[in-house]
Amino acid sequence: MSSEISTGTSRVKRGMAEMLKGGVIMDVVNVEQAKIAEDAGAVAVMALERVPADIRAEGGVSRMSDPDMIDAIRGAVSIPVMAKVRIGHFAEAQILESLGVDYIDESEVLSPADYANHIDKWKFTVPFVCGATNLGEALRRLTEGAAMIRSKGEAGTGDVSNAVTHMRKIRSEVLRLSSMAPDELFVAAKELQAPYDLVAEVARTGSLPTVLFTAGGIATPADAALMMQLGADGVFVGSGIFKSGNPAERANAVVQATMHYDNPDVVAKVSRGLGEAMVGINVADIPVHHRLEDRGW
Amino acid sequence: MLSVPTIGVLAIQGGVREHLLALDISGARGTLVKTLGELNGVDALIIPGGESSTMDKLARTFELMEPLREARASGMPMFGSCAGMIMLADRIVGAIEGQESVGGLDITVERNAFGGQTQSFETGIVIDGIRDPEHEFEGIFIRAPWVVAAGESTEVIAKISSGPHEGRIVGVRSDTLMATSFHPELTADPRVHELFVEMVRNS
Repeated sequence: MSSEISTGTSRVKRGMAEMLKGGVIMDVVNVEQAKIAEDAGAVAVMALERVPADIRAEGGVSRMSDPDMIDAIRGAVSIPVMAKVRIGHFAEAQILESLGVDYIDESEVLSPADYANHIDKWKFTVPFVCGATNLGEALRRLTEGAAMIRSKGEAGTGDVSNAVTHMRKIRSEVLRLSSMAPDELFVAAKELQAPYDLVAEVARTGSLPTVLFTAGGIATPADAALMMQLGADGVFVGSGIFKSGNPAERANAVVQATMHYDNPDVVAKVSRGLGEAMVGINVADIPVHHRLEDRGW
Repeated sequence: MLSVPTIGVLAIQGGVREHLLALDISGARGTLVKTLGELNGVDALIIPGGESSTMDKLARTFELMEPLREARASGMPMFGSCAGMIMLADRIVGAIEGQESVGGLDITVERNAFGGQTQSFETGIVIDGIRDPEHEFEGIFIRAPWVVAAGESTEVIAKISSGPHEGRIVGVRSDTLMATSFHPELTADPRVHELFVEMVRNS
């Protein structure tokens, strides 16, 4: 180490995600919502034009948000501001980096721009979070330079079941690796379709080298507590807050439940009198070709 | 004070696990502090990095803020990194409306003073008082605060040594309190935690 200044290092990118642990990151579409999120104790906001529930309802191609809208939110809050780009759309990512957003979500919630390749995230100073449904997918995203992983639950549904599936799957695959003999890791890497070095690192340490958040379908304090107990390091809440009857109360409640996820007395207390949760859609009722978890490869 | 002190890490949110691991290799026993009962069971406290506005909000919601202030006022040693520095500062620049702190360090701290995440950086830092002080410490600054002004009772132990922010104060201590803008818990170097454990032993 020297007294030179180095930006965009892996430690700085992954360290930023470490500092979000135990916290809630909320989707917001305007300054007013961003302020509500900050006041409730959100650790960051995700600035986007339409929350996933509306993207799902309105259809069409969904893209990066207008820079004016992102700038307005950056100007209104002091907590980190994240924003989404389409899978593979590195030009949208270049724009967000030039705007100075704190984290980019290369997200299946938007319409993919490239059905073969994700963004080469090593080229950027700004860090990226990517979704994963299983360990192999998580490790492929890390290989491309992602500094944070989240589950890919079915956004905009209020149905937490896919997020649960992804979290359990990733955890069990990590445990399986850590119980393998060294000579079995070569085949494990082949099966996971991930680089051997990363597979061996996970086997040795017994965990992902980055934080693992949960996302997609979290709508209640109990959902947040469930995902934290299943091993999530923190929680993304998309439509769940601002599509509910009382966003400010619900935002407070989800933040408090995430801190005290292992204390049912607290989760029970904050679950009272929140008004209507977002209207839900069962994942099983969504035609397979409209499901978001299959976007990304 | 015990030779192996019990040091709590305030577990509201943030880089809690990393501080526990750092305490393990620094001669102390680390434990989580989420409740008043847990706070009462420790000899000293670390306030980790994270979001200071979140920690403040939840500390007040769960009625931890006053007990934290009382513990600090009665001499409990405390160390804060990044957001933890903001929590220990008497004055905050760039706070959100109504944001409070535990206080105790006679310093003015500016939140996110170095800029957003694209300006987050690593650099070598010389820190007074640690073991082998001439050997630079790996300073990891993430949306970090800096100290705008430090009172006379506060010793400055680290400054940025080069680049556009040369001379900025990034480490301070008083008799029982210590704070850094950077994250020693994200490195494998235990010297800052060792210094804090020594402060705890001498308290």
